[in-house]
Amino acid sequence: MIIKIEKRSEYNRYSALDISILSVLLALAVASIIMWAFRVSPTRAYYEIFVKTLSNKYGISHVVARTIPLLLCSLGLVVCFKAGVWNIGAEGQLLMGAVAATGVALYLMPQSPSWILLPTMFTLGAVMGAFWALIPALLKAKARVNEIITTLMLNYVAEKIVEYLVYGPWKSPSGWGFPLTDTIPDQARLPLIPGTPVHIPTLGISLLSSALVFLVLRKTSMGFELKVYGFSEKVAEYATVSRTKVIVISMVLSGALAGIAGVGEIAGIHYRLRLPRSISGGYGYTGIIVAWLSRLNPLACIPFSLLLSVLSVGSDAIQITLKLPRGVINIFNGLILVMLLVLDFLAKYRIKVIKHE
Amino acid sequence: MNDLELLAHESIAAGTVLLYATLGEILAERSGVLNLGLEGIMMLGAITAFALSITTGSVVLSILVAFAVGCLAGLLHSAVCVSMRGNQVVSGLALAMLCAGISSVLGRNYVGVPPRTILSAVKVPILSEIPCLGYILFQQNILVYLAYIVAPLLWFILFKTKIGVAIRACGDDPLSAESMGINVHLYRYLCTVLGGGFAGISGAYLTLSYTPFWVENITAGRGWISLALVILSTWSPLRAVLACYFFGFCEISQYWLQTLKLNPYLLGTIPYLATIAAISVVSVEKIRKLVGAPRALGKPYPED
Repeated sequence: MIIKIEKRSEYNRYSALDISILSVLLALAVASIIMWAFRVSPTRAYYEIFVKTLSNKYGISHVVARTIPLLLCSLGLVVCFKAGVWNIGAEGQLLMGAVAATGVALYLMPQSPSWILLPTMFTLGAVMGAFWALIPALLKAKARVNEIITTLMLNYVAEKIVEYLVYGPWKSPSGWGFPLTDTIPDQARLPLIPGTPVHIPTLGISLLSSALVFLVLRKTSMGFELKVYGFSEKVAEYATVSRTKVIVISMVLSGALAGIAGVGEIAGIHYRLRLPRSISGGYGYTGIIVAWLSRLNPLACIPFSLLLSVLSVGSDAIQITLKLPRGVINIFNGLILVMLLVLDFLAKYRIKVIKHE
Repeated sequence: MNDLELLAHESIAAGTVLLYATLGEILAERSGVLNLGLEGIMMLGAITAFALSITTGSVVLSILVAFAVGCLAGLLHSAVCVSMRGNQVVSGLALAMLCAGISSVLGRNYVGVPPRTILSAVKVPILSEIPCLGYILFQQNILVYLAYIVAPLLWFILFKTKIGVAIRACGDDPLSAESMGINVHLYRYLCTVLGGGFAGISGAYLTLSYTPFWVENITAGRGWISLALVILSTWSPLRAVLACYFFGFCEISQYWLQTLKLNPYLLGTIPYLATIAAISVVSVEKIRKLVGAPRALGKPYPED
């Protein structure tokens, strides 16, 4: 018996979007087998995740609130991945943005009025996130240092810096010794949709960014250069596309967007710096899934951010009701990516089993 | 035993955590498969070994099962990347997340549980009596000793045997390898599966000896550091030993520096910054030309 793999001629039978949606469904199906193996009822889990989360204002508003950082992170990653630059560091870039926002609001200019304070927080947050991405970008551009490893390492460094600050110099004297900073002043807080945790300005920025990133990639020469470089370094060289420019611009843009997400989490949700895992629910990592499910299309990032946000909020809910650890979301994330690769293969190739007599 | 001897002893103990994963990844990458899933596989190995050591009390069984579980994870990765020609970076990241998730669910009832048995140090007769070195090298546990054997053995297989030539051919030029009658897919499968198993042993070593308890994210980035160490050791199992022990030293030095009243959180960045520094150094053009990664690393075979 020989198994042969052949390329399909009718590749377009399933659209990329179909495959993305199918891979999520398949991942949920496989996850239910895993849950069943751990003696967790899948029906109950999915009921909690989807029905309970989406059947009340509290759940829906949290889903929208979480979509904001997820969308911002994934948009930046789309730009990087389009350019073939593997930025896995959105998590750290987000945290550094959060650090900058807290620093501005608590120490740099706490007395300033809102109209100066908030733009400064956003600007410095974006700069800080961009700086955190610039380090691996320059290392890759100038010395060809593997950016997967450097961006990942900087995630851990950013976590340690946040821990240092909240346990050390920025620890609130009135926080009963908990790893928290003081709360930021009222004028440093973002306006919310009343009765929800949805911070309006950041929601606006994230939606606007989707459109902007879409236009930059589609309509500008920079976007074209990014795609050319991502397609093939050699082709880019012939076309005199600057390698350094592509790497630095994609990374800096990505870092800035993640940094803005970090500012939003401080100024819109937490109002203080706290332990890294409380600030970010792994948005930088989940953003990778969103970017791939969207097939690197910035507009598609919006619905897929919402979807992954439902899973994220729902996973938090089953942590409490089904006593599962917070890492359970990683099972969904990992399975979705695996299924995406498997289905891509099945859509592209045909498996033929040839039996010999 | 003075402070320096203790430091060296502990550096080797800490470096061994990294060593198994690094050796396994060298094997996989030499065959042309990049496995970014190490971090997750280590976690999976860590929790399976810990859970089994508590329920069965058998250290050997725990290590073997952790190895087997790591192999399974490697099998999934090779199915996706080798057979299905999936993107190795994406598949590796997916594997890291999936294994991390499964580990945390597996470990939900083991957080804060004290260990039942741990790998205790075994003195090697005669050798452990050597002044200084005897204590540093030969008063360790079995997995440390096993690594002394596995690393040179892997080096020998990769560089001195026909199998090794075949493996390296798959990683450098799979098309030519195939025309020489080498089954590229089979070799890539075997190396990736074994590589995953090694990462599982790294995890087992972590919870059976180095930090004998379970918390989520117990690996704290060691899997990713191992990936960097593969580059630092320029895909050589022997240099991997030195690189891993040196990184063991980097990790231990932070506890030692804490006694000098330096901030523990800032010191905690040392292993990560050292990793960035290390791969930056080996990436410098001149050194790069001397070493070179397997040329077909990360590329599916056959390419479209």
